[in-house]
Amino acid sequence: MTLAVKSARKGRTAARRVSGAAVAGEHMLSDAELRRIAEKVFRLSDADETEVEISVTSDALTRFANNTIHQNVAEQSLSVSVRTVFDGRTARATTNKTDDDSLGRVAAASAALARSQPPSPDLLPMPGAQKYGRVQRYFENTAHATPADRARAVARVAKMAGKNKQTAAGIFTTGATQFAIANTKGLFASHRQTRAEFSITILEPDSSGWAKANAPGLDLIDPVALARSAGEKASASRQPREAAPGAWTVILEPAAVLDLVGFLFYDFAGTAVEDQRSCFNNRMGKRIMGENILLHDDVYHPLQSGAPFDGEGLPRQKVLLVEKGVPRNLVYARATAKKMKAKPTGHGMPLPNEWGEAPLNLVFTGGDSSLDEMVRSTERGVLVTRLWYIREVDPYEKVLTGMTRDGTFHVEHGRIAGGIRNFRFNQGILEMLSNVEMLGPAVRSAGEESFEMVVPPMKVRNFHFSEVTKF
Amino acid sequence: MQDFANWALETARVRGASYADARVMDIRHRDLSTKNGQVGTLAESESLGIGIRVIAQGSWGFASTDRLTRVGIAACAAEAVAIAKASALAKLHNVEMTPVEVYQDTWQNPYVKDPFRIPLERQLEMLLTADREMSRVKGVTLTETSMAFRRIEQLFASSIGSVIHQVKTQSGAGIVATCFAGNEIQKRSYPNSFGGQHQLAGYELVESLDLVGNAPRVAEEAVALHSAEQSPEGAKTIILDSSQLGLQIHESIGHPIELDRVLGMEANFAGMSFLTLEKLGQLRYASDIVNVVADARLDHGPGLGTFGYDDEGVPAQCTPIITSGLFTGYLSNRETAASIGLKRSGGTMRTESWNRLPIIRMTNISILPGAWRYEDLIADTDDAILMETNRSWSIDDRRYHFQFSTEIGWEIKGGKKARMLKNPSYSGITTEFWNSCDAICSRKYWTLWGTPNCGKGQPMQTMGTGHGAAPARFRNVKVGAAFAKA
Repeated sequence: MTLAVKSARKGRTAARRVSGAAVAGEHMLSDAELRRIAEKVFRLSDADETEVEISVTSDALTRFANNTIHQNVAEQSLSVSVRTVFDGRTARATTNKTDDDSLGRVAAASAALARSQPPSPDLLPMPGAQKYGRVQRYFENTAHATPADRARAVARVAKMAGKNKQTAAGIFTTGATQFAIANTKGLFASHRQTRAEFSITILEPDSSGWAKANAPGLDLIDPVALARSAGEKASASRQPREAAPGAWTVILEPAAVLDLVGFLFYDFAGTAVEDQRSCFNNRMGKRIMGENILLHDDVYHPLQSGAPFDGEGLPRQKVLLVEKGVPRNLVYARATAKKMKAKPTGHGMPLPNEWGEAPLNLVFTGGDSSLDEMVRSTERGVLVTRLWYIREVDPYEKVLTGMTRDGTFHVEHGRIAGGIRNFRFNQGILEMLSNVEMLGPAVRSAGEESFEMVVPPMKVRNFHFSEVTKF
Repeated sequence: MQDFANWALETARVRGASYADARVMDIRHRDLSTKNGQVGTLAESESLGIGIRVIAQGSWGFASTDRLTRVGIAACAAEAVAIAKASALAKLHNVEMTPVEVYQDTWQNPYVKDPFRIPLERQLEMLLTADREMSRVKGVTLTETSMAFRRIEQLFASSIGSVIHQVKTQSGAGIVATCFAGNEIQKRSYPNSFGGQHQLAGYELVESLDLVGNAPRVAEEAVALHSAEQSPEGAKTIILDSSQLGLQIHESIGHPIELDRVLGMEANFAGMSFLTLEKLGQLRYASDIVNVVADARLDHGPGLGTFGYDDEGVPAQCTPIITSGLFTGYLSNRETAASIGLKRSGGTMRTESWNRLPIIRMTNISILPGAWRYEDLIADTDDAILMETNRSWSIDDRRYHFQFSTEIGWEIKGGKKARMLKNPSYSGITTEFWNSCDAICSRKYWTLWGTPNCGKGQPMQTMGTGHGAAPARFRNVKVGAAFAKA
């Protein structure tokens, strides 16, 4: 760690001791501090090329169950990851010890790893300085949220649940992260963002409901509204009856859509196609989904989050992935692009890795149908709040299995008729995206199986429920 | 490490904590992988920090930091106390815990060869040779190999006076061959899927696996699966190999017995459990021949759930979970044990790293060996499907309904292993399935598998768990639903 960084931290630590509880904003570093750490490593490295990645995390999470807080945690960390290159060989070593000796050791460890292997024919020289699009995803009020702020919100929703004779469980988390990459070719990129997330499950003796929201800024999170929604689902799904498995019309709320279509993300990697493990092998340019499916990867979308550069420091580009149900483009890291005679798109993962790249900012274009309209237009169907434990059964047909959870409803004659027991599904995702009858407005959605994306609710015909469980 | 912990405990006390414990952890990773004959990942990392857990005003607080100066640790401990006081804003009752003895001890797992002292060139050479052996098989479209090593040195200290130093060394390796042809992707893994086999052991584990010797067979089977018959649908007798049975134990026994789930603490994410409290000592979980234990002791073997003490200073122990088919025990910690009236914790609190709160985790959840020779089990079976090596797994959030598929199946006809079957799968309800078990192979066929990637908690923690299992037979199981055509 440089003296300047130590000094800056000491100041912040002193400020923190006054209040007792740290807030995330106190732990972020300036670009000058980040550059000084990188330059220190450059001086300690004798490699042909050296790259430094610096990650700073300051997160806090308040967890509640049975209408009380039962876990309440905070973490602060800083890690420095060094990639060296010698004669076409590269490797990475990482430490969270930032004194001068440790930085010297991590540079030497990276060098020893790199020298231990045969040269890689695919390794490219590191890129030089780049220009990046601007994204603003750091919000001071979120960075300065306190444990008491979160606890007060939790106390409110726990009280609501208790008043309704319901039981609440969930999380409220706030924090900030920072990521910087620099190399000896003159590249420097840094990004900081905040994050707020509230998730709640409301339980009744034989039913449950769930709601979750995630955003860079705390202002977009309304714990009371989410608790109310989850509570209403729990009430409305009491005494669930058992329905027969089979092909059903389903109305998938955004979180359910997210956790299904999220399984497609790596299939759009050039490397996945090159390795012949993508469901788009031999299918690029062919209509394999419905004409109403339009999908981009777009880090600059206002509902998205993340850094505008990739693991090598290349600027992320907006990429059209699916147009009118036809997969049009893949994403490429630099080395993949060279191998596949394409242009890099700024989606590479930190090197070295065997995965290449992936789109991390998927944006599905939605429609204008509301959930109510979807229900009203359905003679017999199932409304799904959330899915659970989704796993891939068939990687080429992209068949996934999983369960419904926390709010599964029978729709009859255009109305919600009550709760039903949870189903297991075995469903091909490409087939599902060929059977979308209605789309709602796309929203930033948070689930549990996939990272956050912008997805719409969907009404889908012939969704395959294979079995039913006992609750 | 001792100084860091002392500073934390002292600050917590001064700030008003009625209880505090601190974990200083120094974690080292080495990861190597190859793909299609080239080095993929080659990385090492180290991470040192402290996690401080306190009770203040009757509520929990936890904070962690990697700023290991006296000022940094004091600030972190003060933060933990401030967080606990914030927790008390939404408190219904004070935290209570079962008592634990004071321990001052050191513990480390035995191993023969330090994996971090084996030259990288030698480790890479083994992986590249195995990769090459798989690539030689015509039809293979993707070859992957990997090794992973971990060393976790930790010092636990608590305000009741315990000071426990532990060092765990973990090794693992595996290979995978994939074949894409027509409209199918088939793959075979060895010795297990999703990273191979992992144990609390040294490099001798990797050498014992014979990755290179098994590479041609693995690749040939991946290719051959394309011409194999589709595994049938219906109700069948199935035999699970020991690795698949290990995962079946993990999902349908290991998770539902976690007492934090049972008590609703995981309801928002990992889910709850069908094993409600009145079922303890009453439920026929399985057939009479089934005995399952949660055993963290070294006597049980070098599993990923083996340790000297858990992460709240409770000694490793063996808890009978299923005894002759009867449900007899939960996985507990000091707090949940107290809440259901147990006299002591089951010692299952574990944390992924210094920056995570310890939570109830599986230790080694193992089925005890039966009496059958594997050859006799096959010979005794008229009509069944033998399923090997997990391919996908899923279970509902109360752990009733599951579905698994495996990489490969074999038809058993008239007591003999017959043709290969592709895409085998089975599904069922947990207690119905375990009550259909009528044969378990003996100690000779029993393996203590490592599952290095078990996720739980918010924020998510990944933990290694151990599962001892031998091949076993189950009657009248639903098969084929995963691949059924609508």
